Order: sequence, then C-alpha cells, then structure tokens
Amino acid sequence: MTAPVKDPVKKVESARESFFKRLTRQQLFIPLAALVLLVLFNLIADPSFFAVSIKENSLGNPVLSGNIISVLDNASELVILSIGMTLVTASSGGQDISVGAAMAIAGSVILRLVCGGQVNADTMHMNLFLALFIAIVVSMLFGAFNGTLVAYFKIQPMVATLILYTAGRSIAAWINNNELPIMNDISFKYAGTFLPGIPVPTPIFVTLFVILLFWLALKFTNLGLYTQSVGINASSARLNGLNPQFIKLLTYMILGACVAVAGFLRVSRSGSINYSRIAENIEMDAILAVALGGNALGGGKFNIYGSVLGAYVIQFLTTTLYKYDVASTALPAYKAVVVILLVVLSAPVVREKLTRVKGRTPAKAAKEVS
Amino acid sequence: MQEGVVLEMRGICKYFPGVRALQNVDFVLREGEIHALMGENGAGKSTLIKCLTGVYAKDEGDIYMAGQEKAVTIRSPQDAQNAGISTVYQEITLCPNLTVAENLYIGRSKGFGTSWKRMNAGAKKILTSLGIPASPKQQLGTCSIAVQQMVAIARAVDMECKVLILDEPTSSLDEQEVEKLFGLMRDLKAKGVGIIFVTHFLDQVYEVCDRITVLRDGQLVGEYVIEDLPRVQLVSKMLGKELDEMADIKSEVGAAADASGEVVLEAQGLCSNAGIKPFDFSVRKGEVNGFTGLLGSGRSECVRAIFGADHVTGGTVKVEGKPAHIRKPLDAMKKGIGYLPEDRKGDGIVGELSVRENIILALQVMKGFFRPFTRAQAEAFADEYIKLLEIKTASADTPIKSLSGGNQQKVILARWLLTDPKYLILDEPTRGIDIGTKIEIQKLVLKLAAEGKSVTFISSEIDEMLRTCSRLIVMRDRKTVGELTGEDLTQAKIMATIAGGEAQ
Repeated sequence: MTAPVKDPVKKVESARESFFKRLTRQQLFIPLAALVLLVLFNLIADPSFFAVSIKENSLGNPVLSGNIISVLDNASELVILSIGMTLVTASSGGQDISVGAAMAIAGSVILRLVCGGQVNADTMHMNLFLALFIAIVVSMLFGAFNGTLVAYFKIQPMVATLILYTAGRSIAAWINNNELPIMNDISFKYAGTFLPGIPVPTPIFVTLFVILLFWLALKFTNLGLYTQSVGINASSARLNGLNPQFIKLLTYMILGACVAVAGFLRVSRSGSINYSRIAENIEMDAILAVALGGNALGGGKFNIYGSVLGAYVIQFLTTTLYKYDVASTALPAYKAVVVILLVVLSAPVVREKLTRVKGRTPAKAAKEVS
Repeated sequence: MQEGVVLEMRGICKYFPGVRALQNVDFVLREGEIHALMGENGAGKSTLIKCLTGVYAKDEGDIYMAGQEKAVTIRSPQDAQNAGISTVYQEITLCPNLTVAENLYIGRSKGFGTSWKRMNAGAKKILTSLGIPASPKQQLGTCSIAVQQMVAIARAVDMECKVLILDEPTSSLDEQEVEKLFGLMRDLKAKGVGIIFVTHFLDQVYEVCDRITVLRDGQLVGEYVIEDLPRVQLVSKMLGKELDEMADIKSEVGAAADASGEVVLEAQGLCSNAGIKPFDFSVRKGEVNGFTGLLGSGRSECVRAIFGADHVTGGTVKVEGKPAHIRKPLDAMKKGIGYLPEDRKGDGIVGELSVRENIILALQVMKGFFRPFTRAQAEAFADEYIKLLEIKTASADTPIKSLSGGNQQKVILARWLLTDPKYLILDEPTRGIDIGTKIEIQKLVLKLAAEGKSVTFISSEIDEMLRTCSRLIVMRDRKTVGELTGEDLTQAKIMATIAGGEAQ
C-alpha cells in the first residue's frame, strides 16, 4: 500500500533514479549489452572481424562477404522463428518445441511441390510463390494442431508440441516418400542466397520484411494487447469479451506461418533437404532468443524486438566462436557458458541486485556501460 | 520497553520510488490484546505489516520484541517466524493440494525424516482444540475458505507465536464463520498472544478489539483505546476530515429513480452450469437493484449468468424488449451490459498491464481487433477517468498490480464506465476497500442511476445495499426466495427473508 506523494520528496526520490538505473530497467538492456560486449571483444581481438568485402560468388556475381554479413544472413531463420515464439510464449505461457521439426515439414512440402515428385529436378514444376503459400497453409494447420491441444485441451505447451517434435521429421520424410529431392534450378536458390545483381543476401530482406509485417500488425491491430491480456489473466480477458482459447490458437498458427517462411529459407539455401538434420535444435535457440530478449517465459508482457535482438546475439556469438576456430563439436559448450552468463544476468533477481548496487555510483556505472 | 509490551516499532520509514509509504510510524502491541490497525487503502497498513514480517526491508526505524534488549533484525519472513511473529494473510497462502496436516507442519520439520503418524495425530489435536471442522488427512483445497483461513491461523498458533497478524482475515467469511474466528481470537488473547487485526469492517473492530492504531497517508494518526474512540470519530480520523457524508447519501444524490421506467433487461428462467436454479429477473431504466443472501447463495452466479460469464444452459433474455442471445461476455457487452466481477484479482485486473491498458480494454475489445485506439486516444480516455474517479496512481503507465486494492477497483469501474453501458452489474465492488472509496463508489452508483443507467449492486454488507438499492432480490440455496421494495427494505426484513423458513 502506497500513497502518492504531494510534497517535494518526490523530486528527490526520482532524482535518485540514476541514468544507469533507468537504463538497466529497460527490457532491451541485456541483449543490447551482450551485443555491445561481443562487438567490443571482436574489435579488440581482431578488428578485421568487421571487414566487409566484395567477392564473386560461384555464379560470378559480385556479392558482399564478411562476418557481419554472415551473421545477418544466417540469423534469418532464427529471427523469424523467435518472433512467432514470442507471441506463443506471451499468450500461452509456454513454448513450442516442434518448430525445428515443423520447418522440416515445410521445407519438404516446398521441395515436393517444386520438384513435382522427382528426385532430381532441373526445372521448377510449380510457381515458387504458390508453393510457399501452400507450405504456409500446411504449416499453419500444424500450428493449429499444436494450438488446439494447448488452448482447448489445456495440455502444457511443451508436452503438446512434443508430439509434433517427435513425429515431424518422419512426416517430412513421408511427404517425399523418403527420397531426398534436389532442386537444381538456380532461381529456386535466389531466396536462400542472392538475387541476381543484388550483393546483399536475400534472407536479410526476407527477415526485414517479416519484421516489418509484425511491426505493422502490432501497430494496426490489437494483437499485442489481446495476447498480453490473455497471457496475463485469461479469466479476466474472457470477461472483457475476448476468447482466450482462440487467441492462443491464433498465436500458434502465426508461429506456423513463421515456421514455413523459415523452412523455405533453409531449403532454398542449398536446394536440398536432410530430414534429420535440417534446423536441428533450432527450437532451443528460438526459446533462448525470447528469453534473452527479456521476455518472461511464463507469458504475459512481451517485446518482439527483444527477441529479434536476442536471435542476432545468438548468431553473432556462434559466428564469433567459429571465427576463433572453436571446433564445431566444442561449440555448444562455449555457447552454453556465454548463455549461462547472459541468462543469469537477465534474471530479475540479479537485475534487481545489480541496479541496487550500481545505482549508488551512477557516474562510475555509466562509464562502465559506455 | 514497558511492562507487558510484546512488540514495539519505533520510527519506521519505508520509501518506494516516488512514494513515501511510511513516515516515522510508531506502533506498540501489548500482551493479550487485539489491536486493530486501521486506515484507508494506501494508508500504509500493509506496508507496515510487511516491514514487520520481513517481506519488505524497512529503510529506517527499529523493532523491539519482549525479552530482548536490542532491536531485532528481521530480514525475511523466516526471521519473523523465528522471532515469534506469525501472519495470516487475506489470501490463503497455504498449499491447497496438500493435506491439512501437511499444511500445518510444512517448513517446520527438523531434519529430513517425517513421522506421518505423529504429524497427523498432532494435527488432529490442534484441530480439535481450536474447534476447526477439518480432518488432518483432508486435502486443504476441499475445505471451505473459512476453514482454510482457520487452518492458517492454527498453523500460526501452533508455532507458539507471541505476535499474530491477521491481515483482512474476514473479507471472505460469512457471519457465522466470522463469529467462530472471533472466538478463536479471544481464546488466543486469553493465552497472552498479541494480535494485530487489519480489517475494513468497522463492526468487527468494535466487536473484538481493545485498541486501535490509525494510519493515514503513511503517517501515524494516533493510538486509541477503543472506548475512547466512537465510530464516527474513527472514520473521520481515517479520512482526515469531519464526516457527514456517512449520513444519507441517497438524499444527497437524489432518491433512486421511480420504478416506472422502461424495462432495460428482462430474463426468464435463466440458469447456468454454475448450479443456480432458473430465476426471473428484470431491471428498469434508472433503477438500482441488488442480489442479497449469504455467501454462496448464488448471488454472483445469477449476475454471471446474465452477463454470459458462465455457460448459460437455459432461459430467455430480452434487452429493451427485443430477444437477445447472450452466450458469452462479448454478446452482453454489445447489448450495453457491463460487469465488474467479484474476484478483482482473478477476474478483474490484468496485472502487468498498465492502468491505461486496463481502462481501455473492454471498449477496445468491443471496437474490434483491427481497429486499435491510437496512443493519444487511449491516453485521453485514461487521463479522463483517472481524474474523474480520482484514481491514485503514479501515472497511466503504472502497472495496475502496483496500485492499492481500492484504486484497482476504480480502474475496473473506469473500464466499464468507458464503454458507456446501459446496464452495469457490480459484484462486490466495495469488498476489501476503504470506507472513503466505498462511499465514493456508492455515490457513483446513485449518480449513474440518476443519469438513467440501470445498476445491479451486490454487496455482503446489507447497510450498503440499503443505502443504494431500491429493490432487493433475496437468494437462498441458489434460488431466489423473495423480493423486497419500498417499506420492506429494512435490515430486519432482509434477515428474515434470508433466514426464510427457520425464522417463521
């Protein structure tokens, strides 16, 4: 119980809130700080990390090349997934662990459609956009399956999506009769590599487009308010005329659409698919991105830009580790160490303690940040 | 420390960002007394208690306990427990999925082993000695709220506490249960336990308490022996102004409208899956009516059926003479019905969202998914109602959960007023909030009626119902058993109707 203050004490109190304190309370503080640290580390260790050059790719086109480009490029699938995952987390207070398997399904559907059932196709048998559209529909149906289990049967999200997590890759293989179709048409790979004459990898544009779509959706619809209300207090949301079940279902379907786009990008990078390896463990990175972005995994309030930033941080970290020749088998262990640090730092308990300690020496603290 | 004092708090201060929650508050508790801690919402009662129980760290001041020279340091609820301070909160803080015995002993065992037999036997003894109607092996969640509350007290008592804090223990109990609780409190008092009793019910204070400490705006107003402080004075001390408003607010706002207005809503044979018998109901333009009856008599279930909050299983509803199919809350909202639910925390507020978002929520949902309000519109709405209802909040961006109970309730009221409903259902709008806000809400209800809106008002306090309603529907055992208007609206008559057969 607190009473608002009408006397000058208020000013004194708010002045106590240092710049640093206000900064650290920002949701985006941790992912931004992590990004800054990674950048600093690379700047000091080897500034050439940030070098961007123009090289010729295998087709003889001049394209941008460099670590930064590869971070932005390779993070694309993760960024797109983490946006959908944020919504699912917010509305249902749980995560979808089937996104990797569902990406395999989406990729498989697209390859099946464009290859027309052939194992080794040289021309596309279907318009690429139509194939993508069908994959999105299929993926949203699988999302609806997950969403129905969660929203209407009230199964814990992780358990509900465990079903598709287990079955997804088999379904993906079944769609192509267990064959591994290969698409040789160059234009199929435009989306995953480069468009002719454009030196920036296409996935970067696709990701920007998806982010833009969600920015528009959050601005011009009530997606944000509804999902958060349902995630925070479903019972209250219902009494305010919302349909909590449907909104949960909707978020799973939106994630389904994200999965399809991510799956599409992944298969169009190589024009082929490996059912058991494609997008392996990506669900864990997507969940991590949501957490890194300062979103509560228990649902409720969310910030998709936090997740987007989180996803880029994860990719930045991976690329940095590769750069320093960390063996690919040892990579997860290094990653885990960094992740532990980031997650512990972003835990509310620690943040509260930190702000309390640092708040007393604002000048010094501000220096540490910059 | 004086003789016979078990607890003394001196110069307690507590600051929150932008707010001085407690300023230099002293509090003295003597052995074997029941001491009421009174104040409006936001006066600092809960903060003081939380400082005492280690939930918050106090910024300044000292706490002394009997038998100890130096000030005690209480940094966590565990410390408080060890110092002999036990607390029973308004909301049950036990584990409903464990048994009664387990709840009595949880967190108190030494070492790893547990003798289930001894535990159940011990629990049995405590329960019988305090006259609590529960068996040790019963799952706590299956007991009534009152019994759960008593188990919580039994747990505190069994820990041999010297100071027992009861924070709004009676707000969810009916009269008999309250009596039982008071019996228990008097027993403990006789055993020398000092009890701090926080409540909003003035009657209860005057029934059991020996002394009253009044807080206002985080400051100590004073400590009084109960005989020296008549009720009216207590209220004026809490509000900080002389109070004539208590007198008769009906005459002030103008009597509620006559009963000849057109019928706004009419229900016949309405029933829902919440287990109420089919009932008929109607409300006229500008009328304030109410459902009354004991807790659990089906008052809330009736209005929930009208609003479509529970699954409606039968009956017909007409809104302004036209048949209406209300199957879910949105249907009702579109017909101009608003519903402020009984359980503010569980059904009303959306905790982490801001005051602004909480205010616009219902209207926004009615407006539609693809038509969000602009930020400027939302801000204008929020500012308007924060001002109109005098909602005390740091800003419209503050999460609603950090407001005091009464102000949260005002936000929910604002939410429904914003939708400009023809018919507003208020289910226990004044529960657990301070007397000043209570009167404000009652006045608001009468003002709405004067403006031609219809209101259904439900309250556990018959006083309040008499002050606002012009027609009362009496419920017993989940069915309507009578309707009172005009001259019949007296406390005695209502009691007789509620009691029904047994009284005749």
